[in-house]
Amino acid sequence: MAGAAQSMGNDRIALGAPVARASAMGACTALLRRDFVLAWRRRGELFLPLLYAVIVAALFPFALGPDPELLARIAGGVLLVIVVLAMLPALESMFRADLEDGTLEQWLLAPQPLALLALTRVIAHWLTTVLPLVVVMPLLGALLNLPVKVLPVLIVALLLATPLLALLGSVLSALAAGARRSGILMALMLLPLAVPVVIFAAGAVAAAQSGMPYIAPLMWLAAALVLAIVLAPLACAAALRIAVEA
Amino acid sequence: MLSPPWVKGAAQPLPHNGWAGVLGECQWKWGRIAERPGISENMSRSYVPHFMHWLGSPPNFYRFAGAWRPWLMAAALIAGAIGLYGGLVLAPPDYQQGDAYRIIFIHVPSAWMSLFIYATMAVAGLIALVWRVKLAEVIAMECAPTGAAFTFITLVTGSLWGKPMWGTWWTWDARLTSELVLLFLYLGVIGLYNAFEDRRRGARAASLLALVGIVNLPIVHYSVQWWNTLHQGTTVDFLDPARSSIAPSMLWPLLVMALATHLYFFASLLGRTRTGLLSLESGKQWVRALVDGQPEQATGAPT
Amino acid sequence: MGGYAMYVWPAFAVFFIVLVWDWFAPALRRRRFTRELRGRLARERTRNTRAARAGAST
Repeated sequence: MAGAAQSMGNDRIALGAPVARASAMGACTALLRRDFVLAWRRRGELFLPLLYAVIVAALFPFALGPDPELLARIAGGVLLVIVVLAMLPALESMFRADLEDGTLEQWLLAPQPLALLALTRVIAHWLTTVLPLVVVMPLLGALLNLPVKVLPVLIVALLLATPLLALLGSVLSALAAGARRSGILMALMLLPLAVPVVIFAAGAVAAAQSGMPYIAPLMWLAAALVLAIVLAPLACAAALRIAVEA
Repeated sequence: MLSPPWVKGAAQPLPHNGWAGVLGECQWKWGRIAERPGISENMSRSYVPHFMHWLGSPPNFYRFAGAWRPWLMAAALIAGAIGLYGGLVLAPPDYQQGDAYRIIFIHVPSAWMSLFIYATMAVAGLIALVWRVKLAEVIAMECAPTGAAFTFITLVTGSLWGKPMWGTWWTWDARLTSELVLLFLYLGVIGLYNAFEDRRRGARAASLLALVGIVNLPIVHYSVQWWNTLHQGTTVDFLDPARSSIAPSMLWPLLVMALATHLYFFASLLGRTRTGLLSLESGKQWVRALVDGQPEQATGAPT
Repeated sequence: MGGYAMYVWPAFAVFFIVLVWDWFAPALRRRRFTRELRGRLARERTRNTRAARAGAST
């Protein structure tokens, strides 16, 4: 309604019905609420990435033998890789459902900036699918004999790396939303971009584990995250426009 | 102000009867500009934009590419022969690496090409995204396989060079890792493009992906300066030749091979773009005439 | 090659093999495309002549 009145170029309400002029903040809140409600309705599905992470984390001691020192050495890196892999399936379907039922076209028509709506979607996605993974980290760390002193650094590294990956993944998910469903395409596109993120995050954990200063890789991650928060939604909006056009 | 050589009376200053007078005097081999349909006095009288506009039409590009391709390939083969002769026969063995260093004559040009082709792909992709030029879409997508090929060659020849010199087939230093990431970026572009039913939409999506990955290019190039790498540092510095640490007898074959690979890439790109244009424009009259070898009969059915 | 022949010649071989593949691969794609298009055109033509004949005979 607000869009129609604006596009007419005047303030008269053409249809005579009361029109609430939606602000950007209002649109974002509405979108967040919608995503949370939808996620709550399929809350059983949200456990699947957690279960996947736990199973893969359990596989490593089976495959490598239970030697505690070996597990402690690789735990940080392995947990990071597990989180990246566990994020992939959910990332792939970030925009697909909305593209198929026409919601994305409404996003394009909305007066609010598309980049803002995309950023809201990424935030909702991160809160519903990735945050549980980070919360479960202590349990996974225990499975892999992660030294306890490294755990806070791992959590912080994940809190910086996972939003960054979610933002990068949102651009790729928007690009692939209009394409034929291909299982491995998302992984193929995301992994090159995820390599530096994994390098820095794992570097921070490894540095903390060997008692060396770990703040520098975390700062790099934070800088990249800030850059991504600004730029990724713009790229995502461009990709969504490509995906929606018939 | 200089006037182009084909303007009649080029030595005199331009007459003051306006652009129409000047336009009327311009000629080039496709005919007088003023007599071409759609040209107004306000349009540029310069040769270049008209040529680019002409080139943007698929059947024109098809013919242009078909004419230039064999010459570029011949030049590439000649330059390659000269470069390889200079590199394998004329250049002396390296005092440290012996004859193993001769891999440089394919490794370094391939590495330069892997970066150059990605930049070309990104520029063509940008044009395709912003201006929706069909030819730019095809060119951007047809760059990717050749770029992936050169990146693959770079990684494999680098591996074969690293084994005798460093004692290892692979190491995860910044230069090698970022070059491997570049290969994955190429494969991602190819994969994304082929995942779309609509080729034009797929080209635009893959172009956006290529642009997102452009950040990797300065990382690959400056990796040996920014990080401690096993890979050797900058050997050939175009901006500061005094810093180049390579002997002239080795440098000239290297540059000739770089020229040869560039010429090969242009020849290959022209050929691939021709094929890409055919499949994209398969419903059009000119493609059917080309494939059939005879003009299409009037059938009454819509084409 | 000063003892390094085992490394140098395979490197050059990879270079030439990959570039030969890159040169000839579009030709294969093009041949497949022209074959498909010729088939499609032939089918269209028979369909149209059949339709024209059917239309003329009624």
